[in-house]
Amino acid sequence: MPVNKPVTQSSRRIAGSRLLARWLLGAEWRSHPARAIVAIATIALGVALGYAVQLINSAAFNEFSAAAKSLSGEADLQVRGAQPHFDESWYPRLATEPGVALASPVLDLDVTVPGQSAALKVLGIDVFRASRITPELIGVPSAQRPLDTLSEDAIFLSPAAQQWLHAAPGEHVALRSGTSTVQFRVAGGIVRTRPGQRIAVMDIAAAQWRFGLEGKLSRVDLQLQRGVDRERFKRELQDRLGSQLVIAETRDDENRTDRLSRAYRINMNVLALVALFTGAFLVFSTQALAVVRRRAQFAMLRVLGFTRGQLLRQILMEGALLGVIGSVLGLALGYALSSVALRFFGSDLGGGYFPGVQPHVGFEPLASAVFLALGIGVSVLGSLVPALEAARARPAAALKAGSEEGALARLSTPWPALACIAVAGILTLLPPLFDVPILGYLAVALLLIGGIALMPRCTAIVFTALSRWRTKRSTRATTTLALARLANAPGQASIAMGGVLSSFALIVAMAIMVASFRVSVDEWLTHLLSADLYVRVAPNGDTGGLSPGEQAALAAASGVRNAAFTRTSRLTLDPARPAVALLARDIDAADPGALMQMTGPVLSPSALHDGETPIWVSEAMVDLYRYKLGQRLRLSIGASGGTFVVAGIWRDYVRQTGAIQLRLADYRRLTDDTGATDVAVTIKRGASVESVIASLRKLPFGTAMEFAQPGDIRARTLTIFDRSFAVTYLLEAVAIVIGLFGVAATFSAQTLARAREFGMLRHVGVTRRQVLVILAAEGGMLTALGIAMGFILGWAISLILVFVVNPQSFHWSMSMHIPWSVLSTVALVMLISSCATAVVAGRKAVSLDAVRAVKEDW
Amino acid sequence: MRHFSVTVEDCKPVQLIDDPILMTLRTNDVPPALECRGLSKAYGAGRVLLASLDFALDPGEFVAVMGDSGVGKSTLLNLIAGLDTADSGEVLIDGTSISSLDDDAATRLRRQKLGFVFQAFHILPHLTLVQNVALPLLLNNTAPSRALDLLEAVGLGGRGDDFPRQLSGGELQRVAIARALVHRPTLILADEPTGNLDPDTAHEVLSLFRAEIKANGAAAIMVTHSMAAAASADRILILSEHGLHAGK
Repeated sequence: MPVNKPVTQSSRRIAGSRLLARWLLGAEWRSHPARAIVAIATIALGVALGYAVQLINSAAFNEFSAAAKSLSGEADLQVRGAQPHFDESWYPRLATEPGVALASPVLDLDVTVPGQSAALKVLGIDVFRASRITPELIGVPSAQRPLDTLSEDAIFLSPAAQQWLHAAPGEHVALRSGTSTVQFRVAGGIVRTRPGQRIAVMDIAAAQWRFGLEGKLSRVDLQLQRGVDRERFKRELQDRLGSQLVIAETRDDENRTDRLSRAYRINMNVLALVALFTGAFLVFSTQALAVVRRRAQFAMLRVLGFTRGQLLRQILMEGALLGVIGSVLGLALGYALSSVALRFFGSDLGGGYFPGVQPHVGFEPLASAVFLALGIGVSVLGSLVPALEAARARPAAALKAGSEEGALARLSTPWPALACIAVAGILTLLPPLFDVPILGYLAVALLLIGGIALMPRCTAIVFTALSRWRTKRSTRATTTLALARLANAPGQASIAMGGVLSSFALIVAMAIMVASFRVSVDEWLTHLLSADLYVRVAPNGDTGGLSPGEQAALAAASGVRNAAFTRTSRLTLDPARPAVALLARDIDAADPGALMQMTGPVLSPSALHDGETPIWVSEAMVDLYRYKLGQRLRLSIGASGGTFVVAGIWRDYVRQTGAIQLRLADYRRLTDDTGATDVAVTIKRGASVESVIASLRKLPFGTAMEFAQPGDIRARTLTIFDRSFAVTYLLEAVAIVIGLFGVAATFSAQTLARAREFGMLRHVGVTRRQVLVILAAEGGMLTALGIAMGFILGWAISLILVFVVNPQSFHWSMSMHIPWSVLSTVALVMLISSCATAVVAGRKAVSLDAVRAVKEDW
Repeated sequence: MRHFSVTVEDCKPVQLIDDPILMTLRTNDVPPALECRGLSKAYGAGRVLLASLDFALDPGEFVAVMGDSGVGKSTLLNLIAGLDTADSGEVLIDGTSISSLDDDAATRLRRQKLGFVFQAFHILPHLTLVQNVALPLLLNNTAPSRALDLLEAVGLGGRGDDFPRQLSGGELQRVAIARALVHRPTLILADEPTGNLDPDTAHEVLSLFRAEIKANGAAAIMVTHSMAAAASADRILILSEHGLHAGK
């Protein structure tokens, strides 16, 4: 016979609080599903954008990095020249260094391909050496011609390169060498390359000869003997080699790739997170208004025995649940978005940082966890202030109707807001962390939070003053009522205005930053493009160039008054950083500002000592290498190098990794390199640009040149500028739409919550139309104040973006420009849409039966 | 049927707890459901609302408190419920001093020992009737099945899944009464429970209220302006600036 267990009190106890929590949550979501959906959608969109950008950047960076690393193979160290090429006599010295097991010489060239906008990477290798260090980068000849790996006319192309050049094995490809075109036979593929990696390999001796670089190497890959201390070996070898050569490790490749795109990737991530920030504000306003609306209900629960802790947990749990659902949806959406974006827009989203890779989006557990936590975090944070207020409220007082504004009284305390603004001010003075303006971004966030938090106080001050001023002059009921409400219920008004403020502040900040940048770039281009015609021989790659004879022929061509030649090269100062650009031009040392946009004073030629060579460095050199005006330093330019003096600092919007300019004559004296890559042509009076181009095309090397007029270059540059900012605009637009959506939702919720007030007004004789006028007046005045405050806040944020974040990210400065017409238009649109939203929501509120509205209990 | 023709003049002096005989009896007896000792409360600039109030309620006793507006009736209920803090004195619920407890402990005591009925009903609008009634049970981690019994008892059997918007004022107050009694509290605090109801409905609700508190063995203290309502109580106390005095 079964024995029944005694039914004790404890065994009958149930998890009542959990059931109650579910009931309360279900009741709230059932009664206001639209608000929950809006909050979830907002979080989902914010997380999705952030996660998608992270996935795209990560996939692109990893693939780019893997492709770069694949070029190093199994090398322990790489010895490179400070300049792109160095004498091959170094190779036997390095191969016989004690501790070196194997040395493999490499000629690494970015070769210009006629008719293509990008260069082809060609590696000249010693196949016997390379097969042991970079075995994946060996050409695979056909069985019939096994010696093609040593053939002077054979080149091996990766699958992506074959596809790009439409050249199958057995066919020929044309590549540029100087102003000539050289033909190669495609002898086969490469053992293994990354998807999308465009690369070619050939015999090193053949590469030296065919590209006019006899006796030159780009690097020597070293494999060390077992037991050799790599760090010590590296240090001692560097001492012996001097500054002409630099020793890099495989990890330096990753560092270079990382530094090249870090600022861009972080900026994109931060921009994507702005949407999540505005989403957090929307959650805050939704939760704050819900708490105000449910104030008496919470008080009732407290009376019945809900503890403060339980109430706090309940509200935070409601917020967290919005965050969980929104974040999970956001992760799924972000994954889908990133796949679509990679397919249709490419891996660099228009930024141009990851050319020639075909990354694939993969699930990233860590990033997923971070964005899940971020989504939940902002949602919980958005709920925290309302939850704390609800838990603090005294139940007896909160049960009474009309205590709603008291719930928001704490919002008007200005000190936390002022503290945020003060800390933001201090953060703008601090240097970047890890070369990234983390503190600058933090300052922007704090300024925004501080500005928004200051609004209740500002609202009260402005509208109280306005109310007093108005009362003395007019007794119109509708205006008096609207102003009284704004003056005496600043907490609720501020929540609505917060949405306007944050949206408009972000619009202003971004618009000023982008306008400042664009106008500065435009002015810079105008300054730079002073010639009538620009000629390029090596528009991409580093194998093109004009010989002295060709330069003379060009200068003597019909219609040419003056031809100013430039030799572009690279200089490696730190193996862990990308190489800096070296530009040799005809610079007048007494007036460098004629060619460059200088950012400050310049050093007079008389300040130079004998044997010193002046150089002019870009702003990035100041940030990255701590160069200063007047500083004397040694650079490995040419075999003998020499002492160089920083004679000025110029603005450069192209090369964020740094650039150095020196006089062409100095460069030629130091390097014996008499070639030229670019020419600025001034035409004779009376001659047309078209006729000069025609005469230049008739030169023997005419087909190797590309021509561009200043207007074309300017237009093309600004198109690239706009394209690279397209994603920025898109992300900002989403953030702004979320913000405006928040404004609409907040106005709507507040208006509907005031149905009882409107019912009372209707009882005492206020017409429906007058109620709508009151609402429109409130919405209009509130939005106008929000716009005014938003402009001030946005302007302050733009100062941080223009003078802190941008210089720290990209190492260039710009001047401020405010796009008044754009901002006025947006302000007007916001003003109209806010008034319209208030009125539309008001029509619903006043459509309720006035008697029923007054009796409404909650 | 009870009569509602009681006037203030009919009221008798209050039975104070410092009655030596009563005190002796109680020393060896169950504690009173409610005991107020020297309860004082002042607001603002020395505006004394309650001054050294002493009184007690026996288990199962139903007392009405009357008085002019602003005399402190609601404040008295708030002090008893631990929702407000007295300047001096203490309140004992079923022998436990609620005045000495922190907020969480006072809340736990309130959820176990007290039930509430308000003039404005305060029924949560988006919970069903049975969910509203079950709230105190859930807060006490008790199975909510008794909620249906109480709804049945107040004449709303079969309407447990209805929402408050579907109910009249009188029906809403019946739900509030069910909610106040469902967890078998020691003491019910009712603040103007018929203030929003018409006389007939008020009569009905009061009859039900009295019957249910008696059936459940709870003590009750009801604040009201209505003589008719007060007449339903076992005794009436008049709160004035001079203190608490007995009515009938």
